[in-house]
Amino acid sequence: MKAIISRGFKPIDSPSPDNSARRWTLKEKLLLGMTPRQYFGQAVCNPFNWVLGLIFLIGVPLLIYRFAFGLGAVTHSSYDYPWGLLLGFGLFVMVPLSASGFLLGTAVNIFGRHDLHHIERLALLNGLLGYFFAVVFLLADLGQPWRLPYPMFVAFGTGAVLFLVAWHVSTYLSVQVAEVSEGFFEWMNWPQAAKFVKKITVGLTVSAIILSTLHQGALGALFTYAPGKLHPLWYAAEFQWIHFFCSSIAAGLCMVIVVSTIIKKTMAWRCDAGFLDNLDAQTITLAKGACMALITYFAIKMLAVAHDNEWAYLATGWGLWFLFELAFGILLPLVILSYGIRRERAGIVRLGAFATVLGIALNRLNCALIAFNWRLYQEVPHWAEVMLCVTIFALYIVVYRAILYRLPILYSWKAKEAHAPEAVKERIPFGVSVRPSHHQVFRTRD
Amino acid sequence: MSRRKFLAASMAGSAAATLSLTSGAFGAALLEGYPDGMGVLVDMTRCIGCRSCEAACNKEQRLPAPDMAFDDPAAFDYSYHAGQKRRTTEAAYTVVNRYEIKGEEQPVYRKIQCNHCNEPACLTSCFVNAYTKTKEGAVVFNDKVCVGCRTCMVACPFNIPAYSYSSAFNPVVKKCVFCYETRLKNGLPPACVEICPQEALTFGNRRDLIKIAHQRINDNPGRYVDHLYGEKELGGTSWMYLSSVPFEQLAFDTTLGREPIISNVKGFLGAVPMVLAIWPALFTGFHLLATKKKHAEGHQDDHHIQEDDKR
Ligand code: SF4
Ligand code: SF4
Ligand code: SF4
Repeated sequence: MKAIISRGFKPIDSPSPDNSARRWTLKEKLLLGMTPRQYFGQAVCNPFNWVLGLIFLIGVPLLIYRFAFGLGAVTHSSYDYPWGLLLGFGLFVMVPLSASGFLLGTAVNIFGRHDLHHIERLALLNGLLGYFFAVVFLLADLGQPWRLPYPMFVAFGTGAVLFLVAWHVSTYLSVQVAEVSEGFFEWMNWPQAAKFVKKITVGLTVSAIILSTLHQGALGALFTYAPGKLHPLWYAAEFQWIHFFCSSIAAGLCMVIVVSTIIKKTMAWRCDAGFLDNLDAQTITLAKGACMALITYFAIKMLAVAHDNEWAYLATGWGLWFLFELAFGILLPLVILSYGIRRERAGIVRLGAFATVLGIALNRLNCALIAFNWRLYQEVPHWAEVMLCVTIFALYIVVYRAILYRLPILYSWKAKEAHAPEAVKERIPFGVSVRPSHHQVFRTRD
Repeated sequence: MSRRKFLAASMAGSAAATLSLTSGAFGAALLEGYPDGMGVLVDMTRCIGCRSCEAACNKEQRLPAPDMAFDDPAAFDYSYHAGQKRRTTEAAYTVVNRYEIKGEEQPVYRKIQCNHCNEPACLTSCFVNAYTKTKEGAVVFNDKVCVGCRTCMVACPFNIPAYSYSSAFNPVVKKCVFCYETRLKNGLPPACVEICPQEALTFGNRRDLIKIAHQRINDNPGRYVDHLYGEKELGGTSWMYLSSVPFEQLAFDTTLGREPIISNVKGFLGAVPMVLAIWPALFTGFHLLATKKKHAEGHQDDHHIQEDDKR
């Protein structure tokens, strides 16, 4: 891609080529303005694509194998360990990492933090894709995935926590589709639709907060069904859902920092100046939020240990592992993040964000797999299950990248240059979900 | 966006969620006793480990042929994952395990199967309501709706439900059903109880069984430990156990307490309606506060859009 751009190529970021009256066709938009030959050429040149290709070469047949011969053929999921890596990683890790959508939506649309708007769309997309792929992981893990709509339409276990998760994740997915669709409508040049989405933004955001609080918490509450099975240090009947909710705030914010870091390194050509110039400042702002969440999370973690009086467990092997999780997953990131924030060093903050993401992922894996059934035996995932997780995650990256290449997430859709001087056009000059008045305010402040 | 529209939009969102939720939270509280509930008293001091109950169950429930014949004593030596004894599987709804206890001349045999809890964790955790506690006390299972999420297996404190992982197209949860369809419904004792040559298993009304059990303990204080496992555990189970050695030596979980599993979850279920009620108002307030500030700064955004709308 870099080679093509150095030869003067400019990827599509407006409705028509060079201010002419002609509009880009959909095919041109999909190929970013390249000829099919050029597009294919740059894709083949990218070594990362070879890695992806290799993963799919192994993973896709494996996925087919899983559906043809059942879960037992590819997992160690057993009568004692009903939940393996597919859920432990795919659901319990992916969902908190995708809390970014509602967090940034809230910050920008509810608290009026319009200084974060350059990164808002990325956060929304990160949320949408994370949830979507959590469902994909779930589909690969469910015994009868074709029955997934049952709790919606056929049989209602209304008292079950999973019932809440199912309803909330599915409604929240549609809320997120609506939130992200604004960029899609701009890209398609459907300004009326984009305008409509903008109008209901605040309503969407508030429902997103409610739904997220509840299902992030519900994932934690799922473990309260298993008091004897999850190690007491990870188990807290009253606090479990708050632990999960609170840590998802840090996880979601830091995931945006991690993703934007990767983007900056690998996809700078797709970002506009607004995104790149503001990234460091926004990274630090996000990190401040993550710090607050981590401090709260740490406090309530300790509170839970104190409440159930579990200090004695800390002196055991499991206690050491628990302390490691606290030190590596909460305290270390906290130290790095606050150092980075104090010195205003975005690079250090990024390191801290990365550590946070790993730390929260470790917590979820501990709950779902490692500290689960601590009195029985330790489950080691089947290689095929690991490979399935890698494959689905690779698919997630491919879809993520494909959308970032095209839709105005990292850049603004320059609708203004189009030869269609309707009133609507003026209202979305930069194609971001902020109103012109604000935008000007912040441009002068920058 | 006008404030009215915004409120309407957010209310619609939460109202839809409220409907599904409040009923859920109340559903969790709907658990009362089962006066006609039947049960089985397992007297482990009488069991000789003949495994005929396993064979009878296999026949009654039309399960596949076992890996090891029902008269093969090697089954007692089987262990997996360093020390785990046999457990219930998709092909065996009940198994009998042998425990060599120090200081005891005879080994103790423990039969395991679904205990048919009064307040079953499997039932309350299933999001498609696949489980039913019948008035006779059986916890039965509808495999037509099971999605295969396996939460019930996570929730069952006795590790009972097994999952037919080997089935590609119709994997479902499998467990002892108290011979509900073929026997219990018609007032007959389950197959395993009927066949027991030692009368180690006693079938009857759960309330009567509790009396019988305490009678036995009182009559033979040297023979039994003074505990009827299942009488109070987790809100009580239909199947209850008498033992000559402390229960924890037979791998019974004695840390479970009296509260049913669902009590652990009630905290969260109770918070759900609160979040639904408080969050919309709270965040609407935040939003109004945040935009008020903009008004003062002279960038009145609501105003701006409304003007546009008029055009
Ligand atoms: S023992 Fe397990 S499977 Fe049986 S009723 Fe109780 S919770 Fe359900
Ligand atoms: S595995 Fe089936 S029965 Fe068990 S909770 Fe899930 S849907 Fe319900
Ligand atoms: S009650 Fe019926 S299903 Fe249950 S263990 Fe006995 S024979 Fe098997």
